[in-house]
Amino acid sequence: MAALSIRALSKRYANLEVLKDIALDIESGEFTVLVGPSGCGKSTLLNIVAGLDYPSAGTIEIGGRVVNDVPPKDRDIAMVFQSYALYPSMTVRQNITFGMECRHVPKAEQEKAVANVAKLLQIETLLGRKPSQLSGGQRQRVAMGRALVRDPLLFLFDEPLSNLDAKLRVEMRMEIKRLHQRIGATIVYVTHDQIEAMTMATRIAVMHQGRVQQFAEPDTVYRYPANLFVARFMGSPPMNTIPARLEAENDGLVVVIGAGRPDEIRLRLRDYDGAAPFVGRDVVFGIRPECIAEGSRAFSNDAPVLVDAPVDMVEPTGAETMVSLRLGGETAMARISPDIRPVPGASASFALDTRRVCLFDPETERLIA
Amino acid sequence: MSNAAAIRPGRPALPEWVRRLPEYLMIWVPLLLSAAHLISFSLWTIWISFTPSTLVPVSGWVGLRNYTAVAASRNWQIAFDNLLLFGSAFVVLSAATGLILAILLDQRIRGENALRSIFLYPLAVSFVVTGTVWSWLLNPGLGIQKLVHDLGWTSFKFDWLIDRDMAIWTIVIAAIWQSSGFAMALFLAGLRSVDADIVKAAQIDGAGPVRIYRRIVLPSLWPITVTVVVIQLQFAISTFDLVRALTNGGPGIATQLPALVVYDLMFQRSLLGRGAAAAVLMLLILLAVLLPYAAWRYVQRRRALHA
Repeated sequence: MAALSIRALSKRYANLEVLKDIALDIESGEFTVLVGPSGCGKSTLLNIVAGLDYPSAGTIEIGGRVVNDVPPKDRDIAMVFQSYALYPSMTVRQNITFGMECRHVPKAEQEKAVANVAKLLQIETLLGRKPSQLSGGQRQRVAMGRALVRDPLLFLFDEPLSNLDAKLRVEMRMEIKRLHQRIGATIVYVTHDQIEAMTMATRIAVMHQGRVQQFAEPDTVYRYPANLFVARFMGSPPMNTIPARLEAENDGLVVVIGAGRPDEIRLRLRDYDGAAPFVGRDVVFGIRPECIAEGSRAFSNDAPVLVDAPVDMVEPTGAETMVSLRLGGETAMARISPDIRPVPGASASFALDTRRVCLFDPETERLIA
Repeated sequence: MSNAAAIRPGRPALPEWVRRLPEYLMIWVPLLLSAAHLISFSLWTIWISFTPSTLVPVSGWVGLRNYTAVAASRNWQIAFDNLLLFGSAFVVLSAATGLILAILLDQRIRGENALRSIFLYPLAVSFVVTGTVWSWLLNPGLGIQKLVHDLGWTSFKFDWLIDRDMAIWTIVIAAIWQSSGFAMALFLAGLRSVDADIVKAAQIDGAGPVRIYRRIVLPSLWPITVTVVVIQLQFAISTFDLVRALTNGGPGIATQLPALVVYDLMFQRSLLGRGAAAAVLMLLILLAVLLPYAAWRYVQRRRALHA
């Protein structure tokens, strides 16, 4: 059953169109992450789903029921806010029971629900405290408790981790994921952090300029980005996107970087038949940094694809060495073994994994193959 | 010092205290002058209150005789009772009016800026003007009563200004008109500082507007309420010009207030010693309000630091 269906939804403020023709179908039990840079409309979309804002056109269905005219409290949702939005004058217990109080749930039932949630989130000892007496991580837990106690059809998370420090953020990320696996809830989660999206989501909706650019499983989004925006947004560092030319040679396709230059690079592609119509035209060649490695690396059992390229800069991170190099005059990032440190200014040999590259149409910016 | 030398090479750097002289002059001279002024005249008034001074200050010691005389006078007793009534009614009603105005303005209505200015405007008017204008409005032969009579409702009666029992309420009305805008401004700032997400969370939790205000917004306003009450209270205690212009303590001495008693004793009856004693009593009432407030603020700040 579709827990949430958004159809032909748009939102405009005066002359500014912030959401354009959004269509999403989210299945029950899915963990969907809306990810995009700030101002892409993802929080507006979440607010519209929650009923805190109104769409200019289109419909929203929650659990098979059109909720366009249903107030937030009757949409069977719960929301966790970036600022936690805990009620400052109430204790943790009152914060959690406030919603049930509004819905006139009997006291005994409230007690039971609080006890369950407090146990699940390990906040039993905090129930008597005020939000001002809690740390950031504890407030986050209480905010989630307030949402969980409602047992809604749909959980909405609005950048819930961005106010936490880096270490706590990683911990809470895992905890939310574990929680999702345990209770099987349907979650729509908004973030600008593509790592949160990759690690937690069952499906990612990448948003940009008010449009959903791609809505797919994390692996698909990463491996087959629908367009140049997605390619450059997902991954850290992002995919290298290099202007190139596609040519045909001995029944195969060849990508030429820096055509006509002395350091021209020619890469043979296999199984990229979909790109055949672009032979003889300009394309954008996309390759992930982890697909460029030191010359001794073997990506497959086939003969390695090796290029010699000048090294611009070397950034050792401990776990790996990031290298900025020049491919046919264009800058690219490579991810090589931590113990190898090429000399900046000199040339080094690099191995390329040409099975996992992407080709984009430079005009429409869409993925070709 | 090295900076100054670097900016203007060739000039000898001035000593630190010479360069900072303008700052010292700007801060310390006015501060010391006003502090000396306040403290020395307060001490002088306290000293006078223990002397038999009448028209001019004289030395001598009469102990608490001036105080007992003031406290025993009907004038002071009425003034003190009036202060209790006026102070509490004014503070409660002006805070309530200000809060209601603030809540209404907080509904994102059109013309909010204009309305806010209108409500704040009385604050820019001096109390003498407020008092005079309201004395006209409330004058039965001139103001509201006359207007209603002229419209045809001749049995209408609104003569609180000349009614012994009700006259004090005219001062309450004028004072509320003057200063509820101030309370509104503080409350509105408090309402606006409530995190919008908290209100959204409450909406999703199913709370209606009344419950959101009662359970979430208003509880967060109580520190502002304390500030409003204390500021209005110290205004109430020292009220002089408003009453002087509106009722001048009348009818008879029905709207007498402590500040009027001080003025009356010192400058009408030339009893400096007694006037000083009444002034010191006012100071004590003021301290009874301000010292607990200062202590409360201190505790709040300590708590905020340790939180």
